[in-house]
Amino acid sequence: MKSRTLPSIATVFLLAATTTAACGDGGNSPAADTAAKAHGPINIWYSNNAQEVAWGKQMVAAWNTAHPTETVSAQEIPAGQTSEAVIAASITAGNAPCLIYNTSPAAVPNFQAQGGLVALDDFADGANYVNARSGSTAGQYKSPDGKFYQLPWKSNPVMIFYNKTEFAKAGISTTAPPLGTYAQFLDTAKKVVSSGAAKYAIYPSPSSQFFQPWFDFYPMYAAESGGKQLVENKKATFDSDAGKAVTGFWQQLYAQNLAGKEAYNGDSFADGTAAMASVGPWAIAAYKGKVDWGVVSVPTQTGGASEQAPTFSDAKNVAIYTACKNRGTAWDFLKFSTSAEQDGKLLEMTGQMPLRQGLEQQYAAYFTANPQYKVFAVKTAHVVEVPNIPQSVEVWQAFRDSWSKSVIFAKEDPNKALSDAATKINGLVK
Amino acid sequence: MTIVVPRGNRPRGKRLAAGILGRQPIGLLLSAPYAVFIAAVFAYPLGLAVWMSFHHYIFTAPGVQVPRPFVGLDNYTAVVSDPAVRQAFLNILVFLVINVPLTVALSLVLASALNAAIPFRTLFRISYYVPYVTASVAVVGVWLFLFSSGGLVNNAIGPLAPNPSWLINGFWAMPSIAIYVTWKQLGFFILLYLAALQNVPKELYEAAAVDGASKWRSFRAVTVPGVRPATTLVTLLAIITGANLFTEPYLLTNGGGPNGKSASPVLLMYQRGIEQGHPDVAAAIGVLLVLGVLLIAGVQRFLERD
Repeated sequence: MKSRTLPSIATVFLLAATTTAACGDGGNSPAADTAAKAHGPINIWYSNNAQEVAWGKQMVAAWNTAHPTETVSAQEIPAGQTSEAVIAASITAGNAPCLIYNTSPAAVPNFQAQGGLVALDDFADGANYVNARSGSTAGQYKSPDGKFYQLPWKSNPVMIFYNKTEFAKAGISTTAPPLGTYAQFLDTAKKVVSSGAAKYAIYPSPSSQFFQPWFDFYPMYAAESGGKQLVENKKATFDSDAGKAVTGFWQQLYAQNLAGKEAYNGDSFADGTAAMASVGPWAIAAYKGKVDWGVVSVPTQTGGASEQAPTFSDAKNVAIYTACKNRGTAWDFLKFSTSAEQDGKLLEMTGQMPLRQGLEQQYAAYFTANPQYKVFAVKTAHVVEVPNIPQSVEVWQAFRDSWSKSVIFAKEDPNKALSDAATKINGLVK
Repeated sequence: MTIVVPRGNRPRGKRLAAGILGRQPIGLLLSAPYAVFIAAVFAYPLGLAVWMSFHHYIFTAPGVQVPRPFVGLDNYTAVVSDPAVRQAFLNILVFLVINVPLTVALSLVLASALNAAIPFRTLFRISYYVPYVTASVAVVGVWLFLFSSGGLVNNAIGPLAPNPSWLINGFWAMPSIAIYVTWKQLGFFILLYLAALQNVPKELYEAAAVDGASKWRSFRAVTVPGVRPATTLVTLLAIITGANLFTEPYLLTNGGGPNGKSASPVLLMYQRGIEQGHPDVAAAIGVLLVLGVLLIAGVQRFLERD
């Protein structure tokens, strides 16, 4: 009983608490110009990923040693259904921290609409710093009003990981597996399953959560379309040849039971249930000692996808939240934590790619010592982000619902579903 | 000697106070904390949800002023015309039709058995209660192991296994969840019935035995009427908790799959209100859910009236 009533009660609590807060006098949201210059202690949240926690702790310790009057207290994001739900609730309640090092770009439009984010352009060197650090990639993270409400922090370019042991068992090359085209990928998948090397060839979560397309459809659509976002210029782009090609490919994987359709309790790739995974380098730590892995670019219809071929970024960014009183310190700390030195430590400690231009050159020694990560660094310069549009989550949910019905469960013609989803999404973003 | 002051001679102020506060004003003081709790935790959020459902509403940070215009029935129109919402309400009806009778019947029968002098009674009582106190997240893993396509159940029944398997089958997904929830909740409802059974006079069973009633006849004629108030409580609680279904479709069937065939209204409230930033629409779903539950509970009370 507790587990089922909890969400609804929590929702009602949120409704009540947040309204009370929203009717407040704005005491937690000081005037932007004053706050931007205010200095003093701040608090931050970071992800609960073990490697990121270790990085965060050393980074905060280094700052606190050098800035005893502007100390930073840090904690992991409180537990919840999703980080985004927790952050949205904290914005409304007025108790969000100054900085969150796990802000999803897809959630930024909602947070912005709530009045929860500080435009980095409020700081004299704000936009310049973002552009100088990330280069042209930064443009994808601008909001429709032309301002940055998030600092592009790190990327996890999604690629295809494969299990070398299972590929060898299926008689497939482990150094140059035929995975470049859809036809090759399907053949390889069939071999993996028919040989009994693994139960499934690939097992992206079939869940209906709005963000799941980022690990099946979107990376391949980015590659197939030459880097298009899901929505561009207030119009869905995926009702196209590229969209249909990707949809058809996944439909075959599901129809032939090469991809799992049921909820999976755990990591299907780490467990050996699936021989391939569509994921970024953050997961490598979870595979250590469990899987002898290799990695290739996501396939395209005609193949030949080079290392420079686009893929989904799976970025997590940093934002300053309006509940922060000492925003001057928050901005200084944000620059410190995304400096060349701390980005280097992030790379070393987590294997995730800072969204910094010239990554390979800047950290050449690291990539020489860890050559398996180099391919991700190359990809980082070519990542495609989720579109920064109002109703972002609703748009992704509409796409996911359509995908589940047509591609995973084959209850509708995928091309018609794609077209219907595009019509619905066009209505949402107009 | 006792001096009786005629009622009409009492001071007017005291009479007024007695009229408002009653004969035992201390009772108000003692019940005040719970009344405040009810007002703060249930009445205010419910009232606010109703208000939100008639306005365009978004959550904002403190101090952020946004217009929240009255929109009449727009949110309700959006909800009622949304096929996903209609499907969710239908799903929950299917759930209740399976879950509530099953819960009442099984918990009463098992409670009666556990109330009798059977061997290992304590062990059985604990066994039924363990799923109830175990976190759903943990128990769901076991259920996935049992009911997945290559799971224990399908291996046991062989060719009789549905295709697609239980949890991704449009027909079987919701009944599977209903059975799972029945099993998980059973311990709690058995406990309610066990308490009620202690109040059934033993003399009635003895009289029934003297009259030559069989065990079954005794159960029907003595036990069932004897625990009737508990049955009302169990039915109401099963309806209310069932209508609030969230965790099971979220975890067991991939978030209400396949194709929304196991989505629940509360799951949609979470998606619309929390994830997508439309608490006004979520509130409209919630108000309709409350009305639906009240209606079902009212019908149930009507049918159970003496």
